[in-house]
Amino acid sequence: MTEEIIIAGFGGQGVLSMGKILAYSGVMQDKEVSWMPSYGPEMRGGTANVSVIISDERISSPIINQFDTAIILNQQSLDKFESSVKPGGLLIFDPNGITHNPTRKDINIYEIAATAKAQEMGISKVFNMVVLGGFLKLKPIVAPEFIHKGLEKSLPERHHNLIPQNEEAIEVGKGIIKPFHTL
Amino acid sequence: MARELKLMKGNEAIARAMIASGTDGYFGYPITPQSEVMETLMLEKPWETTGMTVLQAESEMASINMVYGGAATGKKVATSSSSPGISLMQEGLTYLAGAEIPCLVVNVMRGGPGLGTIQPSQSDYFQSVKGGGHGDYQLYTLAPASVQEMYDFVFDAWDIAFKYRNPVLILSDGAIGQCMEKLYTRDYVPRWTEEERRKNAPWGTWGKPADRNHNIITSLELDSGRQEIFNLKLQAKYAEMKEKEVRYEALNCEDADYIIVAYGSSSRISMKAMQMAREKGLKVGLFRLITLFPFPTKQLNEVSKKCKGILTVEMSAGQMVEDVRLATECRVKVEHFGRFGGIIPTPTEVLEALENKIIK
Repeated sequence: MTEEIIIAGFGGQGVLSMGKILAYSGVMQDKEVSWMPSYGPEMRGGTANVSVIISDERISSPIINQFDTAIILNQQSLDKFESSVKPGGLLIFDPNGITHNPTRKDINIYEIAATAKAQEMGISKVFNMVVLGGFLKLKPIVAPEFIHKGLEKSLPERHHNLIPQNEEAIEVGKGIIKPFHTL
Repeated sequence: MARELKLMKGNEAIARAMIASGTDGYFGYPITPQSEVMETLMLEKPWETTGMTVLQAESEMASINMVYGGAATGKKVATSSSSPGISLMQEGLTYLAGAEIPCLVVNVMRGGPGLGTIQPSQSDYFQSVKGGGHGDYQLYTLAPASVQEMYDFVFDAWDIAFKYRNPVLILSDGAIGQCMEKLYTRDYVPRWTEEERRKNAPWGTWGKPADRNHNIITSLELDSGRQEIFNLKLQAKYAEMKEKEVRYEALNCEDADYIIVAYGSSSRISMKAMQMAREKGLKVGLFRLITLFPFPTKQLNEVSKKCKGILTVEMSAGQMVEDVRLATECRVKVEHFGRFGGIIPTPTEVLEALENKIIK
């Protein structure tokens, strides 16, 4: 199993930390992982993205240009990465702020209204975990107990009291993701 | 500090390895994409645990000269920076090499020339292995290709630096510096005691006992005859490194029709390109340089005898390619592929370049 993922959105949406929690969960489950962020001028206010690879084998390049899954959280990222999903791959997007929907017909596309749901529930801070939940519903590449361990490892100890809220957000995400276009 | 499984950035690995390998001091000045080195040191506060000194200097010139001062006493002293900052250190580096002072310098390369960009690049190869500063000198140059190697090479650097009394350069780039991967940490190697330092660095300026003359650390020699003798001694040292300290990794080279030569993050991208090529039925191998100086001349020459063509991949306009052509004595076709200015090539681009420039 090798899953090559790009997570892309605005800086401040928790894109990098979502990737980090996913990567750390992979480590806990004894997988090979890599986490490669964009760290250029764009992350100083603007778009942010991170490539995460989780695999059973040694990872060759942490830098990749074709993805099994793209998790897209704004229009700029949709424009940039929709074409980079491998045929038959998966694209997940949050419709918040999206003015032009994805158009590919050769991939599976799901939408997750995570921004709206997180606001409605007053859990905007863990919006990114709602999105992660949606992804894990479709691709359960790491088991829930390892996600728990991943959260423990990647959150500083003073925030460990927030782990239940993060896990609850993941469950919410699993519940609200829905197909947009499937093969 | 014990062996543990962690997930961390390459830059963080450098900092943690410095602490764990018993480094006595770090002097640096922040610059993207390596700022996490000093950030991690400042967060870890090793001065409270191992007693390691960590200091933010006022400039890169100050940092490298603080390294000179500290390391002249036989202590393990390190600095790190990125390309423009390393350029500022070149005077210090030639003085360190000329005074035969062991030390560790880490360059997490970014796009140039000038201030350039903050994204990854590999265009400091010439600067690293062809001088950089003036005079006939070499830095032992290691090119890590993973977060684990960023960590391990710090330990290796101290062994080489003190064995040969020579500065060691870890030449990395923004991609490996910023990427997070799994890492097994090592047990703490305690900082040297006063006695150990005197034993391991008998040449150091740590005080003059009654039974010997002053130790003098300098790169100045007014007698040209003696300077030539000293230069010959340096050259003998570099020849010994070429003989004994070459490191490389040859993957799938035994049956390869075509070989990609690369180092650092380019070698990771090339490994993926190699896998894609093998899936297409093309017999492609990867020759990864681990030491850039000493260059694995003999080993690459040997491997190239059986292949039809070589592609070098480097995030530059083509620097290492010159040494590959020399090593292979132009017997086989050698072409370069690179992106530069901070653009990272994709595995697909590398495979296309291999097909268009070498195989076609």
